[in-house]
Amino acid sequence: MIQVIQQGLLDTIQDGGRYGYQHLGINPGGAMDRAAMYVANILVGNNPEAAVIELHFPAAVLLFEEDTLIALSGGDFGAMVNEQPLDINQPIWISQLSILRFTKPVAGARCYIAVRGGLNNTPWLGSHSTHLKAGAGGFEGRKLEKNDRIPVNPVDEDIDKALRQKYLHVTQLGTPLPWRADVRDLYSDGSMIRVVTSLEYPELTPASQSLFTSHYFTLSEQCDRMGYRLKGPALHMVKEEERLSAGITRGTIQLLPDGHLIILMADHQTTGGYPRIAHVVSADLPTLAQLLPHSRISFQIIPHDEAEELLIAAEQHLHFLQNACNLRWQEWLQTNHK
Amino acid sequence: MNSDYTINPLGDHSLIIEWSQEISSVVHDKVMNVYNHLLTMQLPYILDIIPAYASLTIVYDILLVRREQNNNAFTTIQSLIAPALTAPVVHMEKSSRLLEIPVCYDPSFGLDLAMMAAQKGMSEAEIINLHTSKIYTVYMLGFLPGFPYMGKVDDRIAMPRQKKPRLHIPAGSVGIAGGQTGIYPLASPGGWNIIGQTPVKMFDPALDSPCYCHPGDEVKFVPISLDEFHKMI
Repeated sequence: MIQVIQQGLLDTIQDGGRYGYQHLGINPGGAMDRAAMYVANILVGNNPEAAVIELHFPAAVLLFEEDTLIALSGGDFGAMVNEQPLDINQPIWISQLSILRFTKPVAGARCYIAVRGGLNNTPWLGSHSTHLKAGAGGFEGRKLEKNDRIPVNPVDEDIDKALRQKYLHVTQLGTPLPWRADVRDLYSDGSMIRVVTSLEYPELTPASQSLFTSHYFTLSEQCDRMGYRLKGPALHMVKEEERLSAGITRGTIQLLPDGHLIILMADHQTTGGYPRIAHVVSADLPTLAQLLPHSRISFQIIPHDEAEELLIAAEQHLHFLQNACNLRWQEWLQTNHK
Repeated sequence: MNSDYTINPLGDHSLIIEWSQEISSVVHDKVMNVYNHLLTMQLPYILDIIPAYASLTIVYDILLVRREQNNNAFTTIQSLIAPALTAPVVHMEKSSRLLEIPVCYDPSFGLDLAMMAAQKGMSEAEIINLHTSKIYTVYMLGFLPGFPYMGKVDDRIAMPRQKKPRLHIPAGSVGIAGGQTGIYPLASPGGWNIIGQTPVKMFDPALDSPCYCHPGDEVKFVPISLDEFHKMI
């Protein structure tokens, strides 16, 4: 069990998302930064889309009741275990009764904790992701609160036996294992977000089309799991006409009636009627998920097939990381397992 | 080929099929026809199919496509769905459900009934009568889990959304926005004109099928008294 001993701003259980229900108005949700979820999970030998805890700063203070292998990825929130600083993107052996706290927002907007074995909450409609509006999924359909105890699936494979044996006498400590995931290729420079154009892009006035890619936009304070409202020059359509609501997706950039843009994120509504200007490419969604209000971004339009290739490249990098992690564990077992 | 729809990418992991932009049963029947065909085809790679008034959005797993097919994912999905688009229109009368949804139009629930009656120059009873006299089609669900967008209401009770949305509309509230009528499944802020409330739970996450209405359902509103409302809760 992992106990919440102090509540954070917005900490929820998320996984790869809940697909197959958007025709009922139930959006997929899931981790905002899928790359970080994936990296944290593979570092502890989990299924890449296993349930993780998504933290926003200030984050919860957590007590690990049992010995556990964890990994942090995504944002760096200055993690400490009993006053000892911990890096992200490394497997960390947490001995029982250790307290994990997050001291400062060093980088990024969302930090992910994967726990070996995965979190053991009852899934809703096939997913562990917390659906805040529905009040379902994750931990009782809500954000984590003080005194919550999150169940963890027990694992007892060779790695777990060897870890327990090796760190038998270590108490209340976090011990990083001597390897780390290089995640640099999974994120782009946050100031340039790549997009593909959408259906109503041609209906922007030529001046607005030009502003869209030549001017910068700033993330407003209204940036959350549902969407990011941007501040920047107002854009205009050649003619304002009402559109029928239709399905929309994560990454869709809509033009609001006030001329400003909103980027739909993980908890977006399933349908919408505002003009669709562009879509952030899937490969750049992790980068976007780690940006904080006041960040300045520019949009770069790329061809549709290039967007697919970028995601394939990211997937290949994750696959490479996963293999490398497996190899490290095998080597580690050879020297540590008797 | 002469077709009455367009297919376009909607970002890099979905595509959208769009018909002429109007709220009509003729167009919506075409949407539902393709939707139902796609469901029967049980295609791989597809994560979600979202029917709307005049469109169908298909969300797919790029990585899965690319792992198994040596081709651009958009092109692959486009050819996979092609048979559904050319399939003959099957009349759906038998497959669509007719749901009778009880609604209490008491003024304590129908927050905007009086305002609408004044503006339309008719009695509240006439508004209720017009609202309950038609069978509506669930064109789509969206905005909130299980929120049905239904239409069309009689032109005489069509009413634009409120300029300033209310901060709190109770779950079960039945409203009108333009020519559409809908039901708030959860308490929420919202701009629809509220004329009544149903005791039926439109969304219940504890159920295997958590949403009461599904796309393509037919709905008839049945007026009930305040007493009946309380007995049904």
